[in-house]
Amino acid sequence: MRRFIPFMIALGLVALLPLVSPSDFYINLASQAAIAALMALGLNILVGYAGLTSLGHAAFPGIAAYLVAWLSTRGGLGPGPAAVLAVAGTFLVAGLFGLLALRATGLGFVMITMALCQIVWGGAYRWTSLTGGDNGLSGVPRPFGDMLTPTTFLWLCLIVLAVAIIQIGRFAESPLGVALRGTRDQPRRMSALGYDVWRIRFVAWLVAASWGAVAGLLYAWYHQFVSPHMLAVTASAEVLLMVVAGGAGTLAGPLLGAALVVLLKNLASIWIDRWVMLLGATFVFIVLIMPDGLAPGLMHLRERFRKRMASPTIAPPLAGQERIDG
Amino acid sequence: MAFWASQSLNSLALGGLLFMLAAGFSLIFGLMRVANLAHGALFMLGAYVGLASVQAGLNFWLAALLAALAVGVVGGLIERFLLRRLQGRTLPQVLLTLGLAFIIADACLMVWGGDPMRLPPPEELRGAVRLGDLAFPRYRLFVMGASCAIGIGLWLLIERTRIGAMIRAAVDDMQMARAIGISASALFSAVFCLGAALAGLGGVLGGPILSVYPGLDADMLPLALLVVILGGAGSLLGAFIGAYLIGFVYTFGQALVPDLAYVILFLPMVAVLAIAPNGLFGRRLS
Amino acid sequence: MAEQALEVANLSKIFGGLPAVNGISLSIAPGERHLLLGPNGAGKTTFFNLLCGDLKPTQGSVRLFGEEIIGLPPQKRAAKGLGRTYQILTLFPQETIRRNVMIALNGLRPGKWGFWSALDNNEDLAAEADALLERVGMSDIAGRVVSQTSYGDRRRLEIALALALSPRVLLLDEPLAGLSREERVTVQRLLDTLPRETTILLIEHDMDVALAFAERVTLLHHGTLVATGSRAEIAADPRTREIYLGA
Repeated sequence: MRRFIPFMIALGLVALLPLVSPSDFYINLASQAAIAALMALGLNILVGYAGLTSLGHAAFPGIAAYLVAWLSTRGGLGPGPAAVLAVAGTFLVAGLFGLLALRATGLGFVMITMALCQIVWGGAYRWTSLTGGDNGLSGVPRPFGDMLTPTTFLWLCLIVLAVAIIQIGRFAESPLGVALRGTRDQPRRMSALGYDVWRIRFVAWLVAASWGAVAGLLYAWYHQFVSPHMLAVTASAEVLLMVVAGGAGTLAGPLLGAALVVLLKNLASIWIDRWVMLLGATFVFIVLIMPDGLAPGLMHLRERFRKRMASPTIAPPLAGQERIDG
Repeated sequence: MAFWASQSLNSLALGGLLFMLAAGFSLIFGLMRVANLAHGALFMLGAYVGLASVQAGLNFWLAALLAALAVGVVGGLIERFLLRRLQGRTLPQVLLTLGLAFIIADACLMVWGGDPMRLPPPEELRGAVRLGDLAFPRYRLFVMGASCAIGIGLWLLIERTRIGAMIRAAVDDMQMARAIGISASALFSAVFCLGAALAGLGGVLGGPILSVYPGLDADMLPLALLVVILGGAGSLLGAFIGAYLIGFVYTFGQALVPDLAYVILFLPMVAVLAIAPNGLFGRRLS
Repeated sequence: MAEQALEVANLSKIFGGLPAVNGISLSIAPGERHLLLGPNGAGKTTFFNLLCGDLKPTQGSVRLFGEEIIGLPPQKRAAKGLGRTYQILTLFPQETIRRNVMIALNGLRPGKWGFWSALDNNEDLAAEADALLERVGMSDIAGRVVSQTSYGDRRRLEIALALALSPRVLLLDEPLAGLSREERVTVQRLLDTLPRETTILLIEHDMDVALAFAERVTLLHHGTLVATGSRAEIAADPRTREIYLGA
């Protein structure tokens, strides 16, 4: 569990933000980043560990958010039961989508996931009687009544995020997680060794979708509003950018990427009002200049720095050798 | 009767536009293993350039030619100066084209604003052809015919010409093609330009039907992806059949169950992926 | 007739009209060491891919200890005791050698679905991996990441991964490919330690090693079985010479 300590310290520091923040703005920004990080961590299971690049990850938070919004407004359910049903519903849809998307790998997978998410977007946009169309669904009730202030909502997000970090972090080092990376690198060998490659990928897909669904709940509660925008291509692309910019296949990468993209998006909306252009430019920049992402890049720097520090007299203490994540 | 006839013509017109879009995408995919996600944006760029040219007083046909050329050049620049640096690395290439799609789309929004605009069809194709009680808009008939002509032209290019033979050889086996002296570099540029130009032309020809608006790219790209998923990547025939299939399903879906027009697109996708994961005429997608 | 370890009947694979494997029938007795000979393009590796399930045959049947395995996916065939190595190294390059073996050992165990405890914390599995590495003479480098090992070590690991399943029938695809003379000796020594009861089908171009190892030999040419018999019979067969020297 020791490798989670830096993460927990970081989350703890963010949780203290309300003490020093002059306004709710920064607290809300932190909540947004935490929700985004949840999506990115889930997508990273596919992109980083399974080697399956999905351009339709927004479908899962989107479906969950729509479900919880619909069930708790028009469906007349309380936020709790609505949340449970929303996650279960998303899980079922994800199962169906997984059957389709996992017919392919590589570019075929990219295209199918993108098309699937776009179909969900089209449904949300057009099926006005059910989804409210472009206006979306508003007035989504939050759980816990009056207890949810910006501060406590941030804490809720951080607690969920901590659980996700631990679950996904342990998953990555578990037999199944190691096998998943095996199916990324050597799918033929994996099946010759007795592994069911398709089923391993399917499980990974469902885990990723589930965390996406949880993020969707928090999203719906945070904005108290859902609209087709959260299902657009740009939404899926943003999550993918978080993973790729931060560093796919690491635990810290998606967190870093999420924080960065949310910050960039908010700053951009204040100053230049050209988020889509900036999003595109960031993609081009990352791909051409920093293909491995931020976290691995920083790790290399740290390694180099440590080597320089360590070389003359004593070896570094063993605890310091621990990597952020493999 | 009139409903079915006119919707069928609408389906054929949309199918024709989708074919122009998907054929280029599919060719590029088959030859270079690049899923060009900027293809929808190039389609929209073509529409805007055509519109701007017409507004500047150019005649429709010249505007279409100009747009196709301009978008072809943009495609060529993208291939030469950006994609080429990432050659053979599929994933970064996809991300790059995605980024470019956003940049092009937002640039169009910046230049031409957010209001939908209609591109008037050329004088000689206005009005309708009457057949008994039925009236068929001339322009849609033209788009259908044009897409068939382009399809035949592409088929002849690929099956009957020297450059086509080189493309076929390279699609089959790149290394072998290199070994017999085919310049992959020149071929890639040529095919990418051609694919982009086709998308641009499709955009202009689509303008009078679809009108020109921000988000046209995001509406068209997924349809093109569906066409390629159904028809199979790298297959011209697949793109043709897939395009008309999607054209019909989407048009009739919109007319009969407008709420679910998009969701209905799911059905052919499920059916095809269940039977033929590589598409009806495709090789492996991965 | 006693039950054969591998009973191949009329197995064919046609790629776009060209038969890569053409109606091969072959029986291999339990414990036999059988060499597949043939020039490049004879269809040897395609034959392996058909046996292990990476490719679907156009027609034919393969029985493993009497049980039909055509139609089963590769992982089910592995579970029935069919193991293989690859001519092109197929390892997990970013993992350590020990972890490579642990992944392989886990392949047929329900523990592979574990998603909470770390793989490395499974001490029984690690001990088993170390025992296997001891057997193949790689204990000293067990902690090294594969991408930082020598080519000869990787060749041995390639075999070790297949051994982790304790296969009843083992397909070895050019285990000596690309090795230097010294490295060949270490792999050859490893081959000699393989348990006697394991049935082995070998593809190898190094005749000294291959003929010393195999008792029976099958000669393939253009996807067709030309001759099969004892080592001496095939060596004496004029067609062997013709195919090898003529090719």
